[in-house]
Amino acid sequence: MAEKKLDYRLTPSTCAYCGTGCGVLLESMNGRLTGTLPQKDHPVSKGALCIKGWNCHEFVHSKRRLTRPMIRKGDELVETDWDTAIKVVAEGLGKARDEHGPDYVGFFASARCTNEENYVLMKLARVVIGTNNVDHCARL
Amino acid sequence: MSELKNIVKERLEKDADACLCLKNEEGTVLPVLICDVDSPDLDGVEIGDERYPLGKILIELQKEYPERRFAVFVRGCDERALIELAKLDQLDLDKVVMVGVACGAEQAEACGCSRPYPSEIAVGDKVEAAPDREFIEEVESLTEEERRELWRSHFSRCIKCYGCRNICPMCFCKECSLEDPHLVEPGLIPPEFPSFHIIRAMDMAGRCIDCGLCEEACPADIPLRSIYRKMQEVMEDKLDYRPGEDLESKNPLSFLGTETDIEKLEEVE
Repeated sequence: MAEKKLDYRLTPSTCAYCGTGCGVLLESMNGRLTGTLPQKDHPVSKGALCIKGWNCHEFVHSKRRLTRPMIRKGDELVETDWDTAIKVVAEGLGKARDEHGPDYVGFFASARCTNEENYVLMKLARVVIGTNNVDHCARL
Repeated sequence: MSELKNIVKERLEKDADACLCLKNEEGTVLPVLICDVDSPDLDGVEIGDERYPLGKILIELQKEYPERRFAVFVRGCDERALIELAKLDQLDLDKVVMVGVACGAEQAEACGCSRPYPSEIAVGDKVEAAPDREFIEEVESLTEEERRELWRSHFSRCIKCYGCRNICPMCFCKECSLEDPHLVEPGLIPPEFPSFHIIRAMDMAGRCIDCGLCEEACPADIPLRSIYRKMQEVMEDKLDYRPGEDLESKNPLSFLGTETDIEKLEEVE
C-alpha cells in the first residue's frame, strides 16, 4: 500500500471572533483543520491569543454547525435553499415595516463578519428599511 | 540563506521524508513542512527570531505519519523538548533527524536561556549564557506573605486562555487536570488562586525544559517562566535531574520510590 501523502500546513489568518484582529496560524493536516497557533510576529496580538482565538478552528468541522438555511414551520426547522430563505426574510421584514413602521425592525450585526459585511448590514437597516436600530452581537 | 536551503535539500535527499523548519511568507515567519527538493517553500527557509513549539507539531506528524522520517531544525530548547518527549514515550527519535541551530548572543540574552544551543550545531555559533535569575532573586528576597500577594496580583490578571498549556511543547495529555470541573471551576475568571496555577506548576515538575514559550504566549504578562524555572532548580538541586538534558538519565518522577534517594526531598523549603 502506498504511504499517505504528507500534507501538513499552517495558514496565516486573522481570528474572526472579535474586532481586535489577532493573528492566528490555522493548522491543517490532510486537508482538515486540526488546530490554531498564535502568530508570534503579528503586530496586533504579538503571539498571544484569548481562549476563543486558541479554538477558532473548532466550528469549521463542528457537527452542530448549520450548513444550510432553515425556515421555521410551526415548531419545526425545515431545510431550504438560499433563494427561498432570502425571499421569506425579505417578505417578513417588508411586511413588518409596512404594517408597523421601520422602527419595528431591528438588525443585529456580528463580530464574526468582516467590517464590510457589517457596513452593508448597516446600510440595509438605514437605507432599505429606514431605521437606526442597528446593534451588534456582543450586546445580545 | 542558501546555506539553510542546502541543508534542507541535503536532509531530504539523504535521510528524511520531510523537513520541519521555519519559512518567511511575505514577512511572516512560521513553521513549514517541506516535503520535496523542488518545493517553492525552500526559498523562504529562515531561522527567524520567533520560536514555535516544534516538538508539539512533531507529535502530531508522527501520529499521522508513523512510518515517515522527519528532519527538524532545533534550537537548544527544541532539542530538550524532543529528548524529554521521547523519554515520555511521545516521540520516536529513531525517525527524527535533528538539525541543530545555535541562538545568537542577542537572542540568548533576551531569552535568559541557560543553554541556548543544542548538542550538535549545524547553523550559527555557540554562545554561552547565564540563566536570568533576576526576578527569582527578587521574589526570594520577599517574605512569604509578600510573595503570596505578589503572585495573587499577577494571577488576578489571568484570563484563563489556556495559552500557557496550549503552547507548551511538554503538555500532551489527552485529559488535562485544568479542564477537570472537580479541580477547576468552569466559567470562573480569573481562575481560583493559587490552585489553578499550582496544578500547572506541579505538572511541569520534571518536565519543563525552560523554553519560556508559556510566558511569551501569556496575554496578561504573568511571569510564568520563573515559577517553572524555580521548580527546575529544585529538581536539579534535590534530585540531580534536568529535563531534556540527555536521553540516558532517568526522570526521577517516573520511578520515584524505587531508585531515587527521596530523603533529599525533605530539605525542600
